[in-house]
Parts: sequence; structure tokens; C-alpha cells
Amino acid sequence: MKLELRGITKTFGSFVANDAIDLVVEPGEIHAILGENGAGKSTLMNVLYGLYEPDGGEIVIDGEPVAFSGPGDAMAAGIGMVHQHFMLVPVFTVAENIVLGQERVRGAGLLDLEAARRLVRETAESLGFSIDPDARIEDLSVGEQQRVEIVKALSRQAEVLILDEPTAVLTPQETDELIQIMGRLKASGTSIIFITHKLREVRAIADAITIIRLGKVVGSADPTATETELASLMVGRSVNLGVDKAPATPGEPALTVQNLVVHDANGVEVVKDVSLEVARGEIVALAGVQGNGQTELTEAILGTGPTSAGRIELDGRDISRLGVRERLDAGMGFVPEDRTTSGIVADFSITENLVLDLVGEAPYSSFGALNVRYLRENAEDRVKEFDVRTTSIERPVGTLSGGNQQKVVLAREMSRPLSLLVASQPTRGLDVGSIEFVHKRIVAERDNGAGVLIVSTELDEVLALADRIAVMCNGRLVGVVDGGEDRDVLGLMMAGVPAEEARKEAARHHTVLGEADLEADPESSVEPVPQPITDDQVEENR
Amino acid sequence: MTAVVTETEDTAVVKPRSVTRPVVGFGLIAVVAVVLILTVPPGDARVQLTRGPEALQIPLMTLPATLAVGVPAAIAAVLAVVALVQVLRTRRTVPMWLTVAAGGFLLLAFLVHLVSGKSSVLPLTDLLASTLFLATPLMFGALCGVVCERVGIVNIAIEGQLLGGAFAGAVVASLAGGNPYVGLVAAPIAGVGVGALLAWFSIRYQVNQVITGVVLNVLVLGLTTFFFKGLLTELDGWNDRSRLPALPIPLLSDIPVLGPVLFRQNLLVYLLYAIAITLHVYLFRSRWGLRVRAVGEHPKAADTVGIDVNRTRWRNTLLGSAIAGLGGAFFTIGQGLAFGIDITAGSGFIALAALILGRWTPSGAIVAALFFGFAAALSQSLRSFGVTLDSNIPLMIPYIVTLFAVAGFGGKVRPPAAEGIPYVK
Repeated sequence: MKLELRGITKTFGSFVANDAIDLVVEPGEIHAILGENGAGKSTLMNVLYGLYEPDGGEIVIDGEPVAFSGPGDAMAAGIGMVHQHFMLVPVFTVAENIVLGQERVRGAGLLDLEAARRLVRETAESLGFSIDPDARIEDLSVGEQQRVEIVKALSRQAEVLILDEPTAVLTPQETDELIQIMGRLKASGTSIIFITHKLREVRAIADAITIIRLGKVVGSADPTATETELASLMVGRSVNLGVDKAPATPGEPALTVQNLVVHDANGVEVVKDVSLEVARGEIVALAGVQGNGQTELTEAILGTGPTSAGRIELDGRDISRLGVRERLDAGMGFVPEDRTTSGIVADFSITENLVLDLVGEAPYSSFGALNVRYLRENAEDRVKEFDVRTTSIERPVGTLSGGNQQKVVLAREMSRPLSLLVASQPTRGLDVGSIEFVHKRIVAERDNGAGVLIVSTELDEVLALADRIAVMCNGRLVGVVDGGEDRDVLGLMMAGVPAEEARKEAARHHTVLGEADLEADPESSVEPVPQPITDDQVEENR
Repeated sequence: MTAVVTETEDTAVVKPRSVTRPVVGFGLIAVVAVVLILTVPPGDARVQLTRGPEALQIPLMTLPATLAVGVPAAIAAVLAVVALVQVLRTRRTVPMWLTVAAGGFLLLAFLVHLVSGKSSVLPLTDLLASTLFLATPLMFGALCGVVCERVGIVNIAIEGQLLGGAFAGAVVASLAGGNPYVGLVAAPIAGVGVGALLAWFSIRYQVNQVITGVVLNVLVLGLTTFFFKGLLTELDGWNDRSRLPALPIPLLSDIPVLGPVLFRQNLLVYLLYAIAITLHVYLFRSRWGLRVRAVGEHPKAADTVGIDVNRTRWRNTLLGSAIAGLGGAFFTIGQGLAFGIDITAGSGFIALAALILGRWTPSGAIVAALFFGFAAALSQSLRSFGVTLDSNIPLMIPYIVTLFAVAGFGGKVRPPAAEGIPYVK
């Protein structure tokens, strides 16, 4: 099936999300759509899948123009989509999810579950893996859920499969398996539209690349193009993919975590006996797939989450029993994982957001009253220093772009001398320019003598910033390795394999992406170069 | 490949949930059962098992108290221990029938214990009959709740729908010259009217569903009271008593003990049986049920496979409201009463509690409603079998149980995930 998009335009109010986009996907082709966060990739796919109605342009299948009034029509036309946030009902079984909307019934409207199970087994087998049709979705790992999504699309006779940021939630080894499945699909004639912002993946697997920026197609590229070329096209200017930083000069320990245990609201142990040290003047990155206890660990360090056992020290002082305020006063800075819910107050002005945790003391306030003039001067200074792009310091922070919001958060947290900076997903959802800036500031904070703990699910970011890397899996600290570790080793560690074993395993078998690395730079196996940073991670469109 | 295997195993480790609360719950049942056995007073227990003119008359049973209390209490204790073992071993919720059976036998032991060694008689059949009688509107209301909430619409307006049904049933039956069957057609229509308002505000305008429901309850109470005072008491023939006749089912109604209780009822109660069984089967095993539950759990997922979320929600809200309206008729034509102000007296809210206690399943809602009805029946008849206990105390028990159930004793309670959240594309 040949799919063509001609002049697709989609606007939201005055905002043009897609501006006359043309795209041709040949049968049996893996077509990557590359673009930054907010470039309009997801909007385009939602148009193609019938979730949005385009304001202009047409979708043409095998030469025939079609119109979709809903996803049902798109599916009937042979288009399947695996959404970034899976569209699976967590309490249903695999079989129930697969047949939802296309149920076979045995008279009187009762479900024919046996046929559903058979459909699951047969479709999965044709792709070279197996799934238990009676397993509940909520009991499956993220990688397995993704395979269920693929089976779901194929069981509906999809000839074009859209994969929206499919690797954002996977370990490198799971990504590798996904790539194999994509290869099998391609061999059987299914076309794949692969949406991503990860350059290395694109180069490794795509047959054709279309690059989108600010809602427009800005060009197409060959998979042989270098990452720098792709990044420049994607961002619209030449970018420096690495992070310049001098070797670390670790000093006294800033943060010491000893045997920390955290339970969640359901009583499940989510942080299991974690011990970790961050010295002043070094960046420790906490790597791991999302949801393996990193969030709970950082909350415990800040004091917003509960701890069941263990000890946390800041500059050698036990802070385990202190409240959040006292911990901040003791010299901790904190950049939360989700800035829109816990980093800023969207309706407050930039001025106010810059002093949220500082207003209690001089010179920001005196005798309980805000020192308005000082706050304004402070805001002017910070906005300049941190390059926050805004028309006025009185603008509500919520009206700024994600990158500028994050700069406001960083400016606030770095307003005072820090012993320790904890930053969770500091560049999630940011554009390349902002990422460069944020990384520079984090390195600067380290060079000022603060200890820095970065939590990131992006291996590229981890490799670019970290002096040491701690890997978490399932609440446990799998190991701590040096900053330049091989990404295949890190990937295996993220799946729970101890460092030594991971090195042996990685030496035996390289993932597709790992091999692409080696080919691109034969030296990397000896001493890895700084990894490119182009990740704006998960688009926040939940 | 190694990596993937490890990953799966790790996911399996995350799964077990805290089991302290179910353990406390079943432990409590076992302990109470043992206490009952140990404190049996000497003498006999008398249990009455006959009621009407059924074919097989069972004489008044007089049993040694130790046996009459001991056997059900022992069964309850054994079931509780079995459940305990299962919870600790599998770390999952035990099947509902086990909980219900353990609780039921414990209750039986408790009742027999009350009359043991005394001259009074335990009127078991009468208790069962009034349990069903008092639980009937609750069951209608709770099933309405299941139909609405499974699709993601919180229906606080069950009370208003019951009241509307009671009003329409009585008035239309009166105007039709005292034909209760005509009232039976009008009642669900009144319920649908209230439900349409609920759906319109909460689906079309995304108004908070709890607030909409509360407002609708006040509206229906105000309207029915207004018409009652302005019309029904002024005009003749608008609010007469008419009653759905009892239709005993041959053979079935002759079964000892349960026959007359279950099968000597009017059409409305038989409709309830039919609705309950149909929902039980269709909610979990049919195409309709699968789609309904998908819409209530993950509407966006349903939308992406071509299911019209808001249309499904509209349909179910109206269907549920019709069930509640029908149940409202039980207050008037179901029992041969004329309409009176606030005749439903908060049954809709108790039905909501039954829905939650029944974990949003039709069978659970039925059992929970019966339990509430039983408590009410018990409080009415306590004195008659010689127990000096304030009648309000048994009335309180179901609510205490509901609170504990909602807090997660006896397993995790999880409402439909998308409940109360409007679906906007």
C-alpha cells in the first residue's frame, strides 16, 4: 500500500501545528519522521489516524483520496498506530484488548474469546514472538505491552503501521528487539512510519527520513547522513552535540545515602536498600528506565516522599528527619521531574516563580511583606543571566515555552549557594537550544563546587553529563560505573544485569544501535566520545 | 535475550500488593466465629423456617444451641482460614463468594446465638422475606449505579431517579384507572428523564458529575413535593393506591424456605431478577460489556479502536436511569402505596454504598444490597424475638462494613479508572 499525504494543514486557534505537509510512504518502507518536541509530528500522525480532522490537504492511498471521520475509518483503510502512551485497557487481558472494537461473537452478543486467543497467538507467531493471551495488561512489562499494541494493529490488517516515539520507554535491549520486529514487518511488506527525535535510531533503521520543523517539512535525508547533519536540519542551525566539560575534581561528599528503603502507598518496596554517594564537584547520573524507583529516591532525598529506613546525609549532617524547608536551607537545590506540576506555578509571573522558595527571607521580604522592588530587580537579573526569552518579567510562567520554563526553575534553584543539586529529567521535552543551555549550567554548578545528582532516562544525556553513572532497576542500585561506560553495558544494567556480567554479555552481542555506534566511530569501544545530545524525550501530550 | 528475561522476572516481583488489610478482615471473622462458639449459652435454639401456605410445612425446629451455633460458626471459621491462606499464598484478592459465604455463616451463627437458651424463636423465613422486600429498591438502584459507573459516569442522582419513578408510577397508574402495569411503564421513563439531564450536563457540558447529581436530587425532590402538594392532594384520582399483584410461579414457589420468599412476588421483582442476571452475564462476557468497560477504564483507547465514547456513555446513563426509575415504582405500586413526599427516604444513597461494597459488579451490588436490606430487616424484628438491643445498632453495621470495605479490607477496591472524568478529544 502506498500512502501519500498532500498539503496536510492543521491549526489550533492561531497556532499552525502542520503547515502544508507532503509525505510519501512507499510499500514496505521504514520511513522516519524526525523532528523536535512540538514540531508537529504527533499532530500529523493523529490526522493520519483520523483522530484530528485536517483543515486542509488530503490523504491518498494507492492513488485514491480518502477521508477519515475517526480512527475506525483509518483502521478500515489499513492504517494502524502504536501510540506513545499505550492505548490498552490495563485491567483487560491481552485477548480482550486485541479484539476490542472488532469483537467476534457467538450469537446473543456473547464474546468468542477462543477465537480472540487464537488471533493473538497467530499474529504474535507471525512476528516471531509469543504472548499469553490471558495475561492482564497491567501485569506486563512496558516492552511486552508495546508488542501487544503491535499485534493489535496487525490483527486489524494494518498495512501501514505508525510507531509514535516507540523507544522512549524501552531499555536498549528491548529497543533492539523492537528493531528486529520492525525488520520482520518490513520483510512481509508492511510499511512503517517511525516517529522519533533520536538521531542514532533513525540512522540505524530508516530507509527514508523526513524532517519536520515548526510544522513544516524542512527536508529529507538519507540514512547515511551524519548525526550532526540531521541535527542541524532538525533544529535549523548548526548545533554542538557534545557537552564541553573538564574532568571532575571530586571533593568532600555532598550527599550520602545509606541503605535507603522506600515503600509506596500500596506498601510495595520501590526503593530497595540503596546506598549512594555524590561528592562535591562531580556529576552523578542516575540512569534507568522510567519507574524503577528513581522518582521515589529523589523525593526521599528532598523530603517530600516517605522513607521506611535508611539515612540521608548532606555535607556529613544527618538530614533524614528534617523537613523540606530545612533541607533546602541546608543547601539543597531541586529540579523536579515534572516542571508543570511541581516546578512552577503556571499562573504566577516569572518574578514570583523565581522566588517561590526564597520569599521567606531577606532581602526578598522583610517583616512578612514582599520587597517588590528587589524581587523585580532579581527577576531582571535572572532572566538575563539564564537567557529566559520573554517579553516581560510579569508574564505568567505558564505562557512560556517548556525550555524557558525550565530555565526559570534552574534560575531559582541556582539563586543560592548549593551543596547539592538534584535534577530530575532536566531536559525532558526541551528543544535542542535549551538542552545545550541547561547542560552548560549544570556543568557550571559542578565547577562551582556543588555535588550534582542527575536523574535521566535518556542514555544520551547520562553519557554526556555524568562523571559517574549509577544504574537503577526495580528499586535496586544495580551498580555504579564510570562516566564513559559502553551504552550496551548500561542498557543491560538498566535491565538488572550486574556490571561485570553486563560487560561480558555486551562483548558477545552488540545491539543494532550499539553496532551503529561502533561503525560510526571505531574508537568508541576503547574510549567513548561524548555522546550527542538531541533528546527532548517524551512529548507531554497526556 | 537474557536482559528481557530478567526484566520480566523483575516485573513479577513488583506485583505483590500489601495484604495486611484482607488478613485483618478474615482474621476478624475467624476470631469472632471462635468467640461465638465459646460463648454459646446452654439450652436450645428455636428456628422458624415456614411462613406461608407452602406445600411442605416444616415444623418449628428446636436444636441444641451448641450445635445450632457451633456448626455455622465453625464453617465460617474454616472458610475464613481458607481465605487467609489463599491471600497469604497468592497475594491476590480472594473470590467474592468466599468472603460472602464466610460472612453469611458468621451472621447465621450470630443470629442463632441471639436466641439460644431463650424462649424466643428466630423467624428465619420472615427475616429473609423482609430482607428481599427492603433490598429490592436498593438492588435496582445499585444495578443502575453499575451500568452508569462502568461507563465512567458517576450517578449520584440515583435517589432522584428512584423518587421520580415512584412518583410517575403512582400517578400514571392512578390516572389509568388504577392499572399498575401502566405505572410500570411510566416509572422508567421518569428515571430516563432525570438521567438525560445528568448525561446532558456531564457529557455535553462536562459539568462535575457529583455536583450535577446532587443538584438533580434536590430538583426531583422539589418537583415531586410541589406536584404532590399542588396536584395530588387537590385532585381526586391522581394519587390512588394500586398494587402489582403477586404472581406465584408454579412449583418454584413451593420450594421449602426459599420458594415463597423468592417466587411469590410481583412482576417488578421478577424483572429485577432478569435484569440482574442479564447484566451479570453481559457486562463481562459480551461485546456490549467489553466496550462499556473499555469506555469506563480507558476512553481514549476505546476511541482509537473506533468506539464512540460519548454515545456509549449516553446510552448507558439512560439505560441505568431506566433501571433506577423502574425500581422507584417499588415504593408505590410495588407495595400498594400512594405517593408521599420523599417516599424513597435516601435509598438511592444506600444503593450507592451497595454499589461500592459490591465492587462495581452486578453480583456484588446485589449481595451488598441484600446485606443492607438484611440489616434493616433485622433492626425491625429484633424486639420481636426478644433481644433488647437498640434497633439503630444493626442499621449501622452495613455502613461500618462499607467504610472498612472501601478502605480496602478484604481486598483492593478499584472503581472504573475513568469514572467522573469527561471525555474530550
